[in-house]
Amino acid sequence: MITQQEVDTMPEDDLRVFVKGTEYFFLQVTSSRAEVSTPFIKEASDKVIDDFSAVIGISGTQRGCVYYSAPREMIRELVTHYGETEASDDLYADCVGEIANTISGNAREYLGPGFMISVPVVFRGRAEDVRFPHDAPAFVIPILWNGHRSSLILCLKKDEKEPPTFDPEMLKEIAS
Amino acid sequence: MRLLIVDDSNIIRRSIQREIGDQNHEIRTAGDGIEALKVFDEFKPDIVTMDITMPNMDGLSCVEHILQKNAQTRILVISALADKGTAVEAVKRGATGFLLKPFTSETLATEITELFVD
Repeated sequence: MITQQEVDTMPEDDLRVFVKGTEYFFLQVTSSRAEVSTPFIKEASDKVIDDFSAVIGISGTQRGCVYYSAPREMIRELVTHYGETEASDDLYADCVGEIANTISGNAREYLGPGFMISVPVVFRGRAEDVRFPHDAPAFVIPILWNGHRSSLILCLKKDEKEPPTFDPEMLKEIAS
Repeated sequence: MRLLIVDDSNIIRRSIQREIGDQNHEIRTAGDGIEALKVFDEFKPDIVTMDITMPNMDGLSCVEHILQKNAQTRILVISALADKGTAVEAVKRGATGFLLKPFTSETLATEITELFVD
């Protein structure tokens, strides 16, 4: 059960950092704007994991995970903006990892160097059993680009008084 | 000129390689810092592009190791870490330049050209 206090641990300014960062990423890489909708808190019934996903572990001043998940058709189009003419699942998985890494890394411009990011762990398929940190709300940022919907999901906790609850081993479990 | 591209993302390695590929330079790639040092020893590149967040050995540590092997190596750090401190740290450790991801092909071409000209 996520408490209101835990919901409040994600300040609006921090959410805005990721919204702006997502808009900047798509504009810079594709030269076309992505439409980023109002973030919402994920309920258990919300299906936000798509064909290709990546998760970045966060430690330091905040703890938790940043996920990016997108459908195959969107990534197939997106890789062409990196100059790719080849199509493969390995390349698509690599691409979502790079997106998650870039948006998370760019957030340090505002969140500072204490916002420490891991290398991405990528996984494929619309897994029903993807685990999210149990003690932080999952904020979903819906992204519409070129007619395709994808999601950036933030599960972050800022309360530094509490001991860390993010388990790095979870990344391995998610990927397995 | 010999160029080594170091990044854990295949799509970024290929993107950089395409940008330089038609300039008649020899190019090798590596997916992390440890692999980069091995390739560096045998390939002896003049120029290196270096990601920071990578498995096994991060890019900033790898920059130091490479410059201990050959202080003349020109290294362009290419990273998504957008805080000013990271760019400053990269230069402190000896990097020639810093390019922020996501980059456009134009900015990448400009930075790479400067490395070759210097």
